[in-house]
Amino acid sequence: MTGGRDQRRRQRGKNLVLLAALAGFVVLVYIVSLVRMGGS
Amino acid sequence: MTDQTASEIALGGLVPEPRVAASGSAVGDFIALLKPRVMSLVVFSGLAGLLIAPGAIHPVIAAVAVLCIAVSAGAAGAINMWYERDIDAVMARTAGRPLPQGRMAPEDALGFGVALSILSVMMMGLAVNWTAAALLGLANGFYVFVYTIWLKRRTPQNIVIGGAAGAFPPMIGWAAVTGDVGLESLALFLIIFLWTPPHFWALALYRNGDYARAGVPMLPVVAGRDRTCRQMLIYTLLLLPVALLPTLLGTAGLFYGIVATALSLLFIVSALRVWQHNDDRRARQMFGFSVLYLFLIFAVLVVDRTVGLPGLAP
Repeated sequence: MTGGRDQRRRQRGKNLVLLAALAGFVVLVYIVSLVRMGGS
Repeated sequence: MTDQTASEIALGGLVPEPRVAASGSAVGDFIALLKPRVMSLVVFSGLAGLLIAPGAIHPVIAAVAVLCIAVSAGAAGAINMWYERDIDAVMARTAGRPLPQGRMAPEDALGFGVALSILSVMMMGLAVNWTAAALLGLANGFYVFVYTIWLKRRTPQNIVIGGAAGAFPPMIGWAAVTGDVGLESLALFLIIFLWTPPHFWALALYRNGDYARAGVPMLPVVAGRDRTCRQMLIYTLLLLPVALLPTLLGTAGLFYGIVATALSLLFIVSALRVWQHNDDRRARQMFGFSVLYLFLIFAVLVVDRTVGLPGLAP
């Protein structure tokens, strides 16, 4: 039972980090697009 | 020693694959795959190349360029850990890594490394420029295919040739600003290229048993301590004039030239001390100094360049 709980906790942690990484990537692409289109 | 001896030493694939733990990998295991400590020096030298290069770059684009260098270096490290999981398991220095510990499935590490490699190179091309992206892809591919897969288990010259992969970051930083590869950035490449063999051989001297057990034909394993020390001294001697190239090419001024000369002489003395004293302590000291050497060389180069201290070139 403890192993299953630990597995779920680890999976949840990875999911959250992946979500943050994907959101960060989207924001990064958005900011880069603004900078590039600004002609800098 | 010959390559035949090296291949005789290489064991290759004798370590059984560990069973992957049911609890699975944690976020920290994926971070460990990126080799954060190695990444820090790569990022620093890449940033230095970017700051030294003539011209201007938007701060956001510069940050993206450094991020891409960091992610690509980490991704290459992850693929390296996937390929070397068998020898990592028998080396004390690497046995605690996620794959030999069975904390992660090998295919997860490979997928993670390949995905980040592609992502970082594409991002560099789209956000910065394609010259920097091509160099980044070349560095990544060189580390994975030439160093890790081809050379490391076959020849004691593995880190001499393979060391080129780690020499790319300042050139990539330079290309991010200028869009090309100049003689000046080639000089930065050469500094790291010649620094790499004595740096890694110092480590291999006091980790000799580890490498021998794993069947990795590092120079101290196949050629012995004396020949390794001689080679280390030769590379530190070659590094002295090469470290002065930025001053001679006008990239840096006299301040850098003086500091680079002093540091390079200390590196030579360090190599001589390792040769004279047959103990691991001197090798450890030289390894530590080599890291400090590279950090200081690039830090002083950046300071010299940004502060605009006087140089030799008009």
